[in-house]
Amino acid sequence: MKAIKYTGLAIFIAALSIFTATLFLGDFKASKSTINEFIETKGIKSELLKKELLTVISDTKFNNSIAFSSAIKTAINKSNSYYDALIEKYDSEKNWDKKGEQFQYKVSNVGGITYDLAKKSGKGFVVENRGLLWWLTFGMGIIGALLFILPNLILLGKPGIKNDHIYHNAATSRGWIAWGVMIYLVIFYLLLYFAPYYVVNWTFILDPISKALNGGPASQWFVYGFLYCVIMIVMGVRMYIKYRHNKYQIMRTTSVLFFQIVFAFLIPEIMTSLSMPGYDFKNAFPLDYDFFFEWNLKSLTSSGGIGLFILVWGIVLTLVVVPLMVYFFGKRWYCSWVCGCGGLAETLGDPYRQNSNKSLLAWKTERWIIHGVLALSLIMTLVTLYCYFSGADSFIGIKSQWIKDTYSFFIGAWFAGVIGTGFYPIFGNRTWCRFGCPLAAYLGLVQRFKSRFRITTNGGQCISCGNCSTYCEQGIDVRAYAQKGENIVRSSCVGCGICSAVCPRGVLKLENGPEEGRINPTEVLLGNDVDLIELAKQNRKAS
Amino acid sequence: MEHVVIIGNGISGITAARHIRKLSDKKITVVSTETDYFFSRTALMYVYMGHMKFEHTQPYENWFWKKNRIELKKGFVQHVDTTTSSLHFSDNSILNYDKLIIATGSKPNKFGWPGQDLNGAQGLYSKQDLDMLEKNAPNNKVCKRAVIVGGGLIGIEMAEMLLTRDIPVTFLVREDSFWNGVLPAGESDMINRHIREHHIDLRLGVNLKEIKDDGNGNVKSIVIAETGEEIECNVVGLTAGVSPNIDFLKESAIETGRGIKVNRFLETNIKNVYAIGDCAEQHEGIGQRRPIEAVWYTGRMMGEALARTICGTPTKYNPGHWFNSAKFLDIEYQTYGWVWAQPKDGETNFYWEHADGNKCININFNKNTNKFIGINTFGIRMRHEIFDRWLTQEQTVDHVLTHLKDANFDPEFYSQYEKEIVAKYNSENNKQLKVKSKSWKRIFA
Ligand SMILES: Cc1cc2nc3c(=O)[nH]c(=O)nc-3n(C[C@H](O)[C@H](O)[C@H](O)COP(=O)(O)OP(=O)(O)OC[C@H]3O[C@@H](n4cnc5c(N)ncnc54)[C@H](O)[C@@H]3O)c2cc1C
Ligand code: SF4
Ligand code: SF4
Repeated sequence: MKAIKYTGLAIFIAALSIFTATLFLGDFKASKSTINEFIETKGIKSELLKKELLTVISDTKFNNSIAFSSAIKTAINKSNSYYDALIEKYDSEKNWDKKGEQFQYKVSNVGGITYDLAKKSGKGFVVENRGLLWWLTFGMGIIGALLFILPNLILLGKPGIKNDHIYHNAATSRGWIAWGVMIYLVIFYLLLYFAPYYVVNWTFILDPISKALNGGPASQWFVYGFLYCVIMIVMGVRMYIKYRHNKYQIMRTTSVLFFQIVFAFLIPEIMTSLSMPGYDFKNAFPLDYDFFFEWNLKSLTSSGGIGLFILVWGIVLTLVVVPLMVYFFGKRWYCSWVCGCGGLAETLGDPYRQNSNKSLLAWKTERWIIHGVLALSLIMTLVTLYCYFSGADSFIGIKSQWIKDTYSFFIGAWFAGVIGTGFYPIFGNRTWCRFGCPLAAYLGLVQRFKSRFRITTNGGQCISCGNCSTYCEQGIDVRAYAQKGENIVRSSCVGCGICSAVCPRGVLKLENGPEEGRINPTEVLLGNDVDLIELAKQNRKAS
Repeated sequence: MEHVVIIGNGISGITAARHIRKLSDKKITVVSTETDYFFSRTALMYVYMGHMKFEHTQPYENWFWKKNRIELKKGFVQHVDTTTSSLHFSDNSILNYDKLIIATGSKPNKFGWPGQDLNGAQGLYSKQDLDMLEKNAPNNKVCKRAVIVGGGLIGIEMAEMLLTRDIPVTFLVREDSFWNGVLPAGESDMINRHIREHHIDLRLGVNLKEIKDDGNGNVKSIVIAETGEEIECNVVGLTAGVSPNIDFLKESAIETGRGIKVNRFLETNIKNVYAIGDCAEQHEGIGQRRPIEAVWYTGRMMGEALARTICGTPTKYNPGHWFNSAKFLDIEYQTYGWVWAQPKDGETNFYWEHADGNKCININFNKNTNKFIGINTFGIRMRHEIFDRWLTQEQTVDHVLTHLKDANFDPEFYSQYEKEIVAKYNSENNKQLKVKSKSWKRIFA
């Protein structure tokens, strides 16, 4: 069994290495006609850039996407700085007309343009061997990971909580493996968000699948979505094995897998193929922070019936469905049963859940940051909507474009992606959900103040062992409540149920019940039969 | 300002300190030899198994003590001089008190076995024991086999710990079935099977004769008294129970028996000296309880009660209905009320076991009045509050079984067995009870 496991690991590492190495493979060559066509479709006006592209790039063979994209970027930057200089010159000459003319020649979306041209120019090994490479990367990766995971059915012994050696293992206790994984993930996200042209080869590998699903070639987002699903399924198998004695975990895992694969991945792809706006019906604002951005509103309002339906649904989802469901079931219905971020955290992230910080300081920090992000997302939306309807470009002194860009960059890309997922191995699997997600902040407020959900503490049974707090991915000091006999009612609890699962004394139960009696401050622990009426009288006398 | 000194930073001492702070402004000093900060002894096993780091066993962050003005002093109290109200430490320092709370816990029993002090023979009680086990049994190369002597809760925990390092374990149990001084036959047998399923070499009805030396002061093997069989091993776990840790009081005027003798107010024979937790011994057991109760929550309750007394509200230690819990490898156990290994006069048991052999319940009730006396539950979690209420209300077993769903505390979506349980009860007792569905109204009644 162990041999199979380690073979699996070897295969997986091989697949991951090939996957990484593909970025350095393949040729890139754009013909004159491709470049001309590209200049046309992109509406590039800069003569300098056109010349650069036609002379330096076209008909030149580059050995990999890095060299190719660097060349394009150099060309664009050269052209941009040329016009920048002109702008400066006319500016100092106070020649406003001339100055204004120059802006049309500048290229703002450097990354996007570079990516698009790279996507058109891939040649050679990668493009010609998509099937083979799929098997060597995704195929072998999946097989290797499964071979690594499946033997646990036997190796873990009888069903039950088996957290053995989590703190002895460099992968799960912030050891060198964890740091290595973190660096890999961070680089992955940086490339994905900020330099997609370097990962264009991955998109080639998935072109056939993308074509089959939505009729078009794969973008970097398709790669991400596909990878996301694959990882969740494989790590979901791990969850099924690890918690096979725990039906709550099995149901929950099944649910997040379903919503990720069907709602987040398949339905939007199919919608796109039917030339509708691709929409993830479960992605609620303000997690879906660009729902009210002009481009989305425009696209929805111009998409006929379905667009209108999405618009109404999106609003109803946030204003009615979300709070109502939180009232009945707690925020877990979303965070641990439906959400894609939560889904990844509960599958890929499960091995890292113990790394969340449990200190009081972390809790205080969390409340400031997460509510700050919520406020920011609301302000941004307000500004955007005001500008959308009024046609102005700023509101209460805030530029719409600026706040959208800033939010997308810092919150959307850095916080949710690079830090939120990249730092799993070090800060735990819910960094984004705990500190950053504005939707979680909103759900949390409802859960804290108006909900039937609580984690009931079983009287006086707690032995303060600390398993619950250690494995709470949200960094909640569950034990602090349990050992006092108090129920846990916390805005940040995502109802993953793991505290209840790991408790060796059966102390914790997630449940939905009457609001009355949900919060139970306990003067005296159950079992200690001091006469409370007598006690109250005496206290009064004493004071 | 009155100075309250507490010897022992375990659950009982710390609970007393915290509650005294809540209720008063007294100066509080907590003394311990073991660790700087309070930690949960019950979690020692999880540190060895790698489920947690030692720091996770500490229920309070390190700043907590200063913030709450609870002074911590590390040191070993060698002697208590009650005439001068002073503590004398092994480093010769002295600490005066106005009120003294002794909460020094237990120590593992050693019955004078030959070789019991060899390297590799050890109990599992303190942080130092944990460190020692890490040294004695880091892996199965250093420790090729371990023998555990004494079939109680700590023994089985130690076996579970060693298994996680792939160390073969032989488990010597004096009784002819695991823990059958406490558990009725059905449950005890279920745990026997479970232990064996985990490939632990369980030997029932045997005693340790001696532990043999390898010539260098290390454990080489043990010999079983009954058969004379010698078993080679590198570690011997001595887990044959615990007894109060009170040797340092021998010279003092404080009255001791097996433990420190206290009344219901937890007062010793000396004014202003109190004892709580594992080390305290009631003059007479309360209700059906034993005079010495070495469990977590009783220490906590004694600490709560004593804090009130010390802060001016004399409060008896008045434990309510008995309850407890444990985990035997993968099987959780909870108990509410009393279920004896053998039903007492006029009592009888109803036992149900699931076909998978990993879940069972056993209800003890009065044969004539049907009054519910207690329940053991294995592999099914039950609600403490509900059973506490049923015991207070002196409900019948029929009531308990009819409303058993109210008491179910398993996670959502778990299979429930109440129907099956009641069907068995009906057929054995010729009754027609019907299980009622869960009612929040009743639960919160
Ligand atoms: C491995 C293990 C598992 C357990 N599991 C459970 C369980 O699941 N459920 C349950 O109910 N109970 C369990 N128990 C029992 C429970 O832990 C004890 O009942 C409880 O810890 C006793 O608390 P205490 O405060 O009375 O004493 P302790 O926790 O023993 O604290 C006493 C402290 O006093 C210090 N001390 C003693 N003498 C001196 C001195 N002369 N000078 C200075 N300091 C001194 C000691 O070093 C120690 O730190 C378990 C015990 C062990 C060892
Ligand atoms: S408190 Fe429990 S259910 Fe809530 S997030 Fe933490 S581990 Fe999950
Ligand atoms: S895991 Fe259970 S027993 Fe341990 S501290 Fe948490 S609630 Fe208490």
